[in-house]
Amino acid sequence: MKPVNFFMINIKNIHKSYVTGHSKLHVLKGIDLDIHAGEMVSVMGASGSGKSTLLNILGILDNYDSGEYMLDGIPIRKLNERKAAALRNKLLGFVFQSFNLISFKNAMENVALPLYYQKVSRKKRNLIAMEYLERMGLKEWAHHLPNELSGGQNQRIAIARALISKPKVILADEPTGALDSVTSLEMMDILQDINRTGITMVIVTHEHDIAMRTQKTIRITDGMITEILKN
Amino acid sequence: MFELDKWQEIFSTVQKNKLRTFLTGFSVAWGIFMLVVLLGSGKGLQNGVAEQFKGSATNGVWITSGITSMKYKGLKTGRTIKFTNEDYNALNTSIKGHDHISSRLFLGNNLTSYKNQYGSFFISPCHPDYGYIKEVEMLQGRFVNNIDIRDFRKVAVIGEKVKAALFKGSDTIAMGKYITVNGVLFKVVGVFRDFSRNDNEQRRIYIPVSTAQRIFDGDNVIQQIAFTTGTATPEQANAMVENTKSLLSRRHTYDIKDERAVEIWNKNEDVKRFNALFSGIRLFIWIIGIGTIIAGVVGVSNIMMIVVKERTKEIGVRKALGATPDSIIGLILQEAIVITGFSGYIGLVLGIGLLQLVSSKMPASDFFKNPEADFSIAMGATILLIVAGAIAGLVPAMKASKVRPVEALRDE
Repeated sequence: MKPVNFFMINIKNIHKSYVTGHSKLHVLKGIDLDIHAGEMVSVMGASGSGKSTLLNILGILDNYDSGEYMLDGIPIRKLNERKAAALRNKLLGFVFQSFNLISFKNAMENVALPLYYQKVSRKKRNLIAMEYLERMGLKEWAHHLPNELSGGQNQRIAIARALISKPKVILADEPTGALDSVTSLEMMDILQDINRTGITMVIVTHEHDIAMRTQKTIRITDGMITEILKN
Repeated sequence: MFELDKWQEIFSTVQKNKLRTFLTGFSVAWGIFMLVVLLGSGKGLQNGVAEQFKGSATNGVWITSGITSMKYKGLKTGRTIKFTNEDYNALNTSIKGHDHISSRLFLGNNLTSYKNQYGSFFISPCHPDYGYIKEVEMLQGRFVNNIDIRDFRKVAVIGEKVKAALFKGSDTIAMGKYITVNGVLFKVVGVFRDFSRNDNEQRRIYIPVSTAQRIFDGDNVIQQIAFTTGTATPEQANAMVENTKSLLSRRHTYDIKDERAVEIWNKNEDVKRFNALFSGIRLFIWIIGIGTIIAGVVGVSNIMMIVVKERTKEIGVRKALGATPDSIIGLILQEAIVITGFSGYIGLVLGIGLLQLVSSKMPASDFFKNPEADFSIAMGATILLIVAGAIAGLVPAMKASKVRPVEALRDE
């Protein structure tokens, strides 16, 4: 039985360097971070501050050099690709700035893709995908290709895709970066709604307005956390 | 592996780049097409030449008396060598390892008749063993036997076509009837069929050599001796031929190196040379065929590398969503195998189709028959295709599986 204030994400003294040729770039210089289950936090920082690197490590898309990372109580350390893929599929959902939908698959197939990697049958996963599309108000567009839809619609498809595997955490990298201001606000509404259902959210952004819509803002400068603000 | 989704994906990526996929697949299709057509043609050539060998034992040796062309021990050139029954006996006892032996006379075509049917047929006096050496198939009755030889019987074994020419209308039973050969009555004791392509072989009449010597030609003259080498290896058969040469050159006093004094045809040698030639041709064809296919496979591999590069972002997304390295490898490998397999299959079908067309439309020639690509060729080519496709896709697939999602998803 997990405690009520259980930490979904628990990061202790994480260091990460990139080796390029003969030089070594020390990107994360000892990050400590605790995020509760159900929290919605934003991560802000200048370009090169290390915020994307942090997100990649959170998303088990990259390794770190030293420190500890626990996700939903599971230690994440030097996992082989197969285990990492399985965990990503089960626990995480991703929303990217440029949507990253597969261009030759239609909306429904894109949303269903995470379930394909859970070995769910075609009929079943397409059915579930339709449910999620409906929740996003995109039922009529199910058989359209991404290039036939607007940016806002595409991002909603991406969100539906992120939700379909019932993840515990959603990681968003500049989710409104490619959208106009009106659509951006709609997007944050959707994300807040999702957060209220209990899903932890980490949103990387450089826009102040977006950060204000989250409960907590974490500032990163030069590879270290400099501020944690409650909004 | 065989789900609809994977096929849809491959289909849509192919559709996006129709020309590129076509050009890639073309080189594989061409390679398989060439291989199949060449192999089939080689087979056709082989079949044609093999046909020439039919109608007499492949391990047969024919020794015919001729005229000397070299001076030897004071004797001039131009001497006619005459074989006798003693030569036949000498060979029979000295040459070890033969399983059949027969002497022969050449009487040429002779007027033969039955009642009021006439014809001119080749009369071939021989020993009983000649039936084995010549590989005749008895349709009725029997071939010449030892008692015929011992008792100088006047019996005849006639070819199918001889029977058809002499025994017509209501009187078609040849067995036991008497035909007149060159004025002498012979009793028909057998009807045969010969497998050689030469039509003349069917228009022959075999009679006992002893009878022929007594009635037609001078006593004790023979013109040819033939024997088969049994189970001897080509080297052993050659030794038997060398023994024959030394024996006869001693008996008839001619230079053993004189090839015109006594002409020897060792069919073993021909068959051996023939087999070696066609092995060589087949090897050559396979080398060319495989070379062409390799070129095609390299082409496919190149294209798959480009495909992987183009789909790097997509691969990154899939990994983020939970795709294992194995599933990414499967994705690329499957596309490579489909492209190679499909285009190779088209090459195979076209190649076999061409062979069938040639086979049916081409008139029968002396040296080309049934240019078929048999089932084993088709099977071999198909397996080759699948393996080639896997190889073509392997390196790109491995590269794809190593794509790091971080870098793939980095927004440009």
